[in-house]
Amino acid sequence: MSVCEEPAVRVDGLSKVYGTAKAVDGISFALRRGSLTGLLGGNGAGKTTTIAMILGLVTPSGGTVTVLGAQMPRQRYRVLHRVNFESPYVDMPMRLTVRQNLTVFAKLYGVEDVGARLARVAEEFDLTDLFDRPTGRLSAGQKTRVSLAKALLNHPDLLLLDEPTASLDPDTADWVRGRLERYCEQSGASVLLASHNMAEVERLCDRVIIMKRGRIEDDDAPARLLARYGRETLEQVFLDVARGRVETTAR
Amino acid sequence: MTPMLNRMIDFSPRRVGAMVQRYWYLLRSSWPRLLELIYWPAVQMLMWGFLQLYIVQNAGFFARAGGTFVGGVLLWDILFRGQLGFSISFLEEMWSRNMANLMISPLRPVEFVTALMVMSIVRLAIGMVPVSILAILFFGFNLYGLGLALAAFFANLILTSWSVGILVSGVVLRNGLGAEGLSWTIMFLFMPLACVYYPVATLPGWLQTIAWMLPPTYVFEGMRALLIGKVFRSDLMLEAFSLNIIFFVTSVLCFHGLLVSTRKHGSLLQAGE
Repeated sequence: MSVCEEPAVRVDGLSKVYGTAKAVDGISFALRRGSLTGLLGGNGAGKTTTIAMILGLVTPSGGTVTVLGAQMPRQRYRVLHRVNFESPYVDMPMRLTVRQNLTVFAKLYGVEDVGARLARVAEEFDLTDLFDRPTGRLSAGQKTRVSLAKALLNHPDLLLLDEPTASLDPDTADWVRGRLERYCEQSGASVLLASHNMAEVERLCDRVIIMKRGRIEDDDAPARLLARYGRETLEQVFLDVARGRVETTAR
Repeated sequence: MTPMLNRMIDFSPRRVGAMVQRYWYLLRSSWPRLLELIYWPAVQMLMWGFLQLYIVQNAGFFARAGGTFVGGVLLWDILFRGQLGFSISFLEEMWSRNMANLMISPLRPVEFVTALMVMSIVRLAIGMVPVSILAILFFGFNLYGLGLALAAFFANLILTSWSVGILVSGVVLRNGLGAEGLSWTIMFLFMPLACVYYPVATLPGWLQTIAWMLPPTYVFEGMRALLIGKVFRSDLMLEAFSLNIIFFVTSVLCFHGLLVSTRKHGSLLQAGE
């Protein structure tokens, strides 16, 4: 397989055990380059742990993760400058201004012309008026825009998003989705998006992986999932899987 | 190329600079924090300085021991504030739940630790320089008059403070902010054992053995030798330095082990909670 054909992410038999609890139970999947994949699942399904293992934040109990050709977490520094992550559950220093926070992260990611890059993201994410305000004084929607700007500072080839629109009003959430769509179209980056928002996943993703109790319950394109389950929305499919109605519908 | 050599070549001064810049932004954004850096060392120095003044006026021996209290206070503050400066910069990441952002960035742990060491010196300088000038003005004690000896004292004390800071940061990383208290209190364990204000000979024999296992003991003993006996004990400084190397390497290994354990435990995403 050539480097270009190599998946952006390859997960093989991945598992994570905390004490006696299996957070992730031997899952396998590969993310095609340029794809936008949704990771669905209820609370405790193992989505965040899976993302954390892909990022090298958590060491797997078993199995392997390969990101852009590098074994994680052992070879993480070969690829971390090409990866980024956004989650409303991870904050940026609140007392620093938006400009200061983004400057520090731009330098950490080795961005060449920091001033020009910051001017660009300020324009793209409508942050110009917020640039010199402390990050802690921004609204939830403004903070999400800043986090997303941070996540795209280094033009990542792989972007991992953990509920990027959680607690946002519909207008801001729609703006975030539009921005993500544009980035993917322009950059050809691969995206893994964990979300509880079915409409969001349906709109953005060309593939959906549904997790339950640490395992992959289903994995297909949204349209094919709807057809197989005989449902009109992804939310109905999700409820079928979550409530164990798979046997009577899809199978 | 060996993985170790690779890691050394990959060390990026730019990333270290970015982290130092981040802590500098934080520091200058809060004047109470800046003030605090000077406040406690000044209070300590003044209290002990006046006590020394009183004793000097009333006892012949202490007249010869001029400066040992104020010197002890200032050197103790290098040790204590050096560790605190390291630990507080680290805690800033935990308090702001920013650790996951750093750990998924290309920042290497060795660069992170280097930035924390630089910041401990910056914070120390902000606190100690004004206080050392106060010591000259109030008590005629010129810390800088110690010359090269001061450099040896400083190097040994700051190395110990970094070792303790690195170890404590590893413990906090692994156990969360529940272990934060260690950052504020652990150095006080050194205070009676390192013999800051009295000679090692004052301790019972078995405690002297423990005291000589700590690098700062050699520094404070060396300070007294210099101020009372007017002798610079380079042998003590070399012994302190040897012990410091052991302390530093041990704490770096412990930090590495604790970071590995944190990744296994899966607490980096929730770091701070």
